[in-house]
Amino acid sequence: MAAAEAERPSVTGRHISRKYDEALEDVRTSVLEMGGVVEEQISRSLAALAAFDSEIGERVVRDDYKINRLEVQIDEECTRIIALRQPAASDLRLVIAIIKTITDLERMGDEAEKIGRTAVRLAGNAPRRMRYAGVRNLGRHVQQMVHQALDAFARLDVEAAVAIAREDKMVDLEYAACMRELVTYMMEDPRRISEVLDMIWCARALERIADHAKNIGEYIVFLVKGKDIRHTSLEHKELQAQSEV
Amino acid sequence: MSTVAASAAAAFVPDRMDDALPAETYETVGEIHSPNARITVREVTVWYGDKIGIENVNIDIGSNEVLALVGPSGCGKSTFLRCLNRMNDIIDNCRVTGNIRLDGEDIFSPKLDVVLLRARVGMVFQKPNPFPKSIYDNVAYGPRIHGLTETRADTDEIVQRSLERAGLWEEVKDRLEQPGTGLSGGQQQRLCIARAIAVSPEVILMDEPCSSLDPIATARIEELIDELRQQYAIALVTHSMQQAARVSQRTAYFHLGHLVEVGETSQIFTNPRHTLTEDYITGRVG
Repeated sequence: MAAAEAERPSVTGRHISRKYDEALEDVRTSVLEMGGVVEEQISRSLAALAAFDSEIGERVVRDDYKINRLEVQIDEECTRIIALRQPAASDLRLVIAIIKTITDLERMGDEAEKIGRTAVRLAGNAPRRMRYAGVRNLGRHVQQMVHQALDAFARLDVEAAVAIAREDKMVDLEYAACMRELVTYMMEDPRRISEVLDMIWCARALERIADHAKNIGEYIVFLVKGKDIRHTSLEHKELQAQSEV
Repeated sequence: MSTVAASAAAAFVPDRMDDALPAETYETVGEIHSPNARITVREVTVWYGDKIGIENVNIDIGSNEVLALVGPSGCGKSTFLRCLNRMNDIIDNCRVTGNIRLDGEDIFSPKLDVVLLRARVGMVFQKPNPFPKSIYDNVAYGPRIHGLTETRADTDEIVQRSLERAGLWEEVKDRLEQPGTGLSGGQQQRLCIARAIAVSPEVILMDEPCSSLDPIATARIEELIDELRQQYAIALVTHSMQQAARVSQRTAYFHLGHLVEVGETSQIFTNPRHTLTEDYITGRVG
């Protein structure tokens, strides 16, 4: 562990200017803080959906501004660092990776908000709690992925970052299965079509969140290895993550 | 480490660095070859008495490109630059071993005329150093002593062309007889560049040409360097990372007398391969 730590260049520390270290560390911490808020929003939106709970759902909708505010704040910090410090090499990659990461985090927040809104609407229509096991499992899996992505970001773990791309493939399969399940519900009971359509939108939102988590994984590989692995096959991503240079 | 740095800073001559750097750093990382090499430097080591200035440096300098030489003070980049037109010859107890070729010709060959070499490999210094002569004579001096001109009309033409190429003509064409030292710092530096290119060099060496200039004058010189690149091979020593990033196509990083890494400038500044390079360009404690 200690050896691995020594090999990996510290992302922020050891600059001759201590204030530069602090600025980079602060913005990195802000990203993790934003990630925490996003995780919480996703978790709450799923709880609201599971229970058709309008109160929790409304809270999710109301709290989305927190994520937006953090996005703006982190963007400003990054702009300031670029203007004042002209970061290069790993510092530059860190700032770029952060700017991209927060865009994906903010979109995750928007998807959570959508789910929260749907939960509020469904709470009005359906007094009875529905099962929708597929959506629930999908939700659980996506939550895990988001957590993994943030964890990999905090630890600069390239292998974990690439593993997220692998998970995303699984999520795509689960999403397809989930859609089939929801379509059968609509065929069984046409009166529930509008409700099931709402669930389809939620499943779609979850699948999008998984895509954003995968993107964050790609930024982590760029940050640590300096390699752009976007729009490449999973095999290529794995190969790049393992290569030394 | 600190005593090494201190002595290097004091005399600009680093001590022998065998103990300071691990063995693998002796191997330069990256592509040392250039597709259109004008100067090839192979296994060049410079000694100041019994101390090593630079050790086993291998690199090409190609036409149509600016090679930026970066590294902390005392790392050997100026020593390296001075090898290329044998300016180290005039330093007592300085000894150069290895091989440097200009268009395939050995620059240490006894048959080679050093004065001619220095015309072919021009140099621009940190502080603008025009001769205490008129603007005209500053530029005309080189072509005259090298016999490049026969008539006054020839000289006039060379002076105008050189000043135009250095981006100074419009500013001085009405006062060519005034002393060069009366110009502003940035203008003086452009005059020195005009003087260097008046003798039709193949390579231009620049040792921190902008370090005493304000940002506007610096921008003009950088613009000029980029234009000159079309015709000459340029090697530029700079302490400004941004300047290296802005004007060079290739960057070489020197550290304690070793050429640590060479690469395309965009790669060096986004994804350097050697940790010493990374530490230096990101401003980290090495």
